[in-house]
Amino acid sequence: MNKLIGKITFWKVVAGLIFASGLYATYVRFVDGLGASTNLSDEFPWGLWVGFDVITGVGLAAGGFTIAAMVYIFNLKRFEPIVRPAILTAFLGYLLVIVGLMYDLGRPLHIWHAIIMWNPRSVMFEVAWCVMLYTTVLALEFSPIVFERLQFNKAYKAIKRVTIPLVIVGVLLSTLHQSSLGSVYLIVPDKLHPLWYSPYLPLFFYISAIGVGCAMVIVESFLSSRAFHRGLEMNLLSQLGKISVVMLGVYLTLKVVDLLERNAVSHLFAFRYETGLYWLEMVIGVIVPMLLLARKKIRENYNGLFAGAFLVVVGFVLNRMNTTITGFEEWAGTTYFPSWMEISVTLSIVAFGFVAFALAAQYLPIFTHEEHAVSSPADEFTKDLKLVSQMP
Amino acid sequence: MIKKKAMLIDITLCVGCNACQVVCKEENGLMEGEEQRLSATAYTALNEYDGTYVRRMCQHCDDPTCVSVCPVGAFTKTAAGPVLYDENKCIGCRYCMQACPFQVPRYEWDSTYPRVQKCKFCAGRLERGLQPACAEACPTGATKFGDRDELIKEAYERLQAEPEKYVQKIYGLEEVGGTSILYISSVPFEQLGFKTTMSKVALPTLTWNALSKIPSVVAVGGVFLYGVWWITNRRTEVQQLERKLKEMEEGSNGQGTLN
Repeated sequence: MNKLIGKITFWKVVAGLIFASGLYATYVRFVDGLGASTNLSDEFPWGLWVGFDVITGVGLAAGGFTIAAMVYIFNLKRFEPIVRPAILTAFLGYLLVIVGLMYDLGRPLHIWHAIIMWNPRSVMFEVAWCVMLYTTVLALEFSPIVFERLQFNKAYKAIKRVTIPLVIVGVLLSTLHQSSLGSVYLIVPDKLHPLWYSPYLPLFFYISAIGVGCAMVIVESFLSSRAFHRGLEMNLLSQLGKISVVMLGVYLTLKVVDLLERNAVSHLFAFRYETGLYWLEMVIGVIVPMLLLARKKIRENYNGLFAGAFLVVVGFVLNRMNTTITGFEEWAGTTYFPSWMEISVTLSIVAFGFVAFALAAQYLPIFTHEEHAVSSPADEFTKDLKLVSQMP
Repeated sequence: MIKKKAMLIDITLCVGCNACQVVCKEENGLMEGEEQRLSATAYTALNEYDGTYVRRMCQHCDDPTCVSVCPVGAFTKTAAGPVLYDENKCIGCRYCMQACPFQVPRYEWDSTYPRVQKCKFCAGRLERGLQPACAEACPTGATKFGDRDELIKEAYERLQAEPEKYVQKIYGLEEVGGTSILYISSVPFEQLGFKTTMSKVALPTLTWNALSKIPSVVAVGGVFLYGVWWITNRRTEVQQLERKLKEMEEGSNGQGTLN
């Protein structure tokens, strides 16, 4: 008991430190400006907040549309138990992306301008609209959970009646903006390093988003099963792992074809630090997890599945950070590393996401298909997370 | 119709007096003081390469990347040539800075209500029939203002008149689809910090290729998704119906034995 309290305090302290530094950074950001709080410059106008909080964040939330499509469109009803957690993750993810955007925009109070000031030639305009609409769709897809909790039966039935059109619209919007985040970089053929610039960027971003969407659902199921002492749908999750392998395979093949088409293979062996990061991203994030998850024995093993899915997520983050930051350093002639305030804001947003997820899981019927709690090796971090969420 | 304006910058004539920057700062009410690089308070700046001076400034592209990327349309290309920025529309996403192939737009990083800053081609003066302040101030004629067609002709004449002196290239004629600022030089451009491998196609065409596919993606995707749902849903319905029929059959069989 004593030991437990000690540990709770430790994680409370960590969370407290993250939020305190994030709060201070928030103050500096909004009172003194972007120059005082970030390492951004005229040579490097986009950094961690765009690269991670927005572009990576949207990708990591792709599990929402992937699972919704599987269950409602492809009628794979066996995946139903993981629809709600996936929708919750996606909804929180998009809300946090918007929060991150508010930090990064120079004039955050003008964020609504895209609604009335149109520029259909801009990829960013399209992304803005898709994110706006898709967040609305996610709110609607999430609403039955709240209605069920509050026993608003009429509202529940009404929203359930439009599930299919909602899911179709959600999948279309996601297809558009997940790929368009790649299209954002089509306009910089000379600036972005040839290892990452490709006319296929939209396709790469879309395929990898689906792959990581599945991986994120696996990772998040593991974490929440540990936090809430609930069972794990191992069978379902390893099937998701299989889908992830297929996506990774398609992705890898296209990546190779692309390098060949552009005669860019020589860049793979250039002695530069970009090359190292590229290999890291491809080996750790694509090839190794593909080999792991392709094997039935590993895929159906508790630790094996988690390790594989976790690597997919790591590789995805590396890819997005490389595309948005590493790939620009050579052209800009300068390097960029985020300031501690940029990092602490990002950490706070992530931590806030964890707490919000735990709270939602606590008070809303997210895990409706309760299995008998299996004794999974209880992780202290996630257990404490649950306790943190119960803090007033 | 308004003739497209341009400025021809003959690098061989520039003596590095910095008059262009001084008058530019005056004209635009920017903080005084010499600056060697473009900044939020310097719309133009002289870079020195071994005694050769190169004026940097917004190139005022014919099909500007900044105009195409801005999500709220804060940039416009005017018929006369200037590319203008409307700070009241700007949301501060800085996509213009990330996308500009010449790395021109600068940001007021220290402000809490920052603006993007760059050369305005003295659009106000042009409307009043004047030439840009820098062109007027240039004592050697290194910066010359005029109609774009005329200036291109003149540039070719200069290149042909002294072929051994000039590099046979007009920078800005074709770069990213052409720009309103044209350079000629006696030193190879790549030695003066110019990117010479730039695409000859206007960059907005690259993103438009992707954006223009949206209607087809939505149409085909929508029909595909609905179709898949229809098939899978129908399959479930049929299965349920068959089960019911079977049950009914079994039920009537049961009745049959009773009779």
